Amino acid sequence: MTRFLRQFAVPVYALIGLTLLSPSAIAETPFPTIHEPSDESLKCIHPEDEMRRNHMKYILHERDETMHEGIREEPESLANCINCHVEPDEKGEIAGIDSDKHFCNACHQYAAVQIDCFQCHADRPQKFINRNGHSSSITQQLKRTLADNAGVNE
Amino acid sequence: MTDSTKKSTIDSSRRDFLSKAAVAGTVTIAPGLLLHSTAQAASSGNISTRPHDEDVSNKNRWGLLIDTEKCATGCTDCVDACNEENGLVSHGRPETDAQYIRKVTLKEKSTGHESSLPLMCQHCETAPCADVCPTGASFVRADGIALVDKHICIGCRYCMMACPYKARSFVHEDVENQKLTAPRGKGTVESCTMCVTRIDNGGIPACVEACTAENHNAMIFGDLNNPNSDISIALKSRGGKQIRSDLALNTGVRYQGLNE
Ligand code: HEC
Ligand code: HEC
Ligand code: HEC
Repeated sequence: MTRFLRQFAVPVYALIGLTLLSPSAIAETPFPTIHEPSDESLKCIHPEDEMRRNHMKYILHERDETMHEGIREEPESLANCINCHVEPDEKGEIAGIDSDKHFCNACHQYAAVQIDCFQCHADRPQKFINRNGHSSSITQQLKRTLADNAGVNE
Repeated sequence: MTDSTKKSTIDSSRRDFLSKAAVAGTVTIAPGLLLHSTAQAASSGNISTRPHDEDVSNKNRWGLLIDTEKCATGCTDCVDACNEENGLVSHGRPETDAQYIRKVTLKEKSTGHESSLPLMCQHCETAPCADVCPTGASFVRADGIALVDKHICIGCRYCMMACPYKARSFVHEDVENQKLTAPRGKGTVESCTMCVTRIDNGGIPACVEACTAENHNAMIFGDLNNPNSDISIALKSRGGKQIRSDLALNTGVRYQGLNE
């Protein structure tokens, strides 16, 4: 009996002590910082709480439909999430998927979820993909630029 | 994998396939997405007009026609465009670098006649890659495009062994800076997708676009099931062969200008 009491007493005292001395310590449970699109007018494809819980179901469903049936208009496209959710910070830097600043990784790191999607999928919108090592010939790039500029001065 | 494949077993028994094709005025093919908006193109069979929310079906069968007489030895415009489109980078090891298109030279043994041509996935109707795949990752989409569902590919590479055209590559390296429209990563097999994202969005494959933009005009893309498409008309008037037609795979990629 005394043994039981002793065992019990320690955590209880500790708890009381904590609450009395630093009440804020308990309130400050660390939460992940989730970056929301800076354009306030944007809305997610479904209500926020629904997205928090079920985003994986939507993307995985969309994945199979796109691969096998060629359905491309669904808002649940992974490319679509990335286009909306990933943007540069104030310094113009864009967080990669390994960073806890990347939208998809912020919660995942916190909740110890590991996904392999970004081994293949781009983690940022196309306009921010810097493909230094790409293999197209210089002439190809030049032609592309010329084609892009065609008609500009007309 | 070797870099050049020489084959001489080609037969012409497919010459008169699609013989039912109706004659229609030829439509000049404009590069890329421009076609999308023209009313003429809508029914032409030169691009997909399937709404985005409708499943692919066997109403269409997408194919390529390559005129080897217009394809210049040494020209790699289609290969460059493909690499750019799919974010394929060289690691300086040609044996294992991913290649969706290779330029090869075919030599006819009896005559010595040589032709240069791009060889990519031939988009077989009865695809050996799909037959041997243990997970169902290799499949042929209803509209004739042979694909790898990399989500279920386990990287076993049976399909690479089965493919008579050596059209597939295995990704040996971690990949970075992929194109948003062309996800690819280590440990899976891949090959020409006929630029399926472009097709689904009413575009034409990057290789055909580049070949046309450079005025080589050696490649035509279109619907083999639509008798009014440029590709069907060209096939009807001049015929077209399937490489290794002896295997009876009914490929979606056809060639003109190859000798017996
Ligand atoms: C081994 C490479 C690879 C991995 C890993 C991978 N994907 Fe994909 N994914 C692809 C390819 C290739 C496509 C086909 C692209 C196309 O046709 O647009 C694709 C297409 C998709 C699509 C449809 C296109 C789009 O942008 O919406 C979705 C959704 C998708 N993947 C979700 C996922 C998710 C979720 C994961 C992680 C659980 C994942 N993928 C992991 C290669 C991969
Ligand atoms: C049109 C832009 C847009 C697209 C596309 C989009 N989102 Fe969102 N998302 C938002 C906005 C804005 C919010 C903030 C909540 C709100 O206003 O709806 C949000 C919130 C979320 C949240 C909750 C974040 C939090 O703070 O808890 C998740 C999870 C999420 N999105 C996942 C996704 C996924 C997964 C996809 C792709 C299938 C996607 N979103 C596509 C704009 C978008
Ligand atoms: C609001 C926090 C949050 C955000 C933001 C978020 N996720 Fe998640 N995600 C989770 C949690 C939590 C789970 C695990 C759920 C479970 O296991 O039940 C999860 C699971 C997943 C899974 C399924 C993993 C598996 O192994 O089954 C996928 C795929 C996924 N997320 C993709 C994404 C993508 C892509 C984004 C960015 C567009 C994203 N998530 C953004 C919280 C988030």
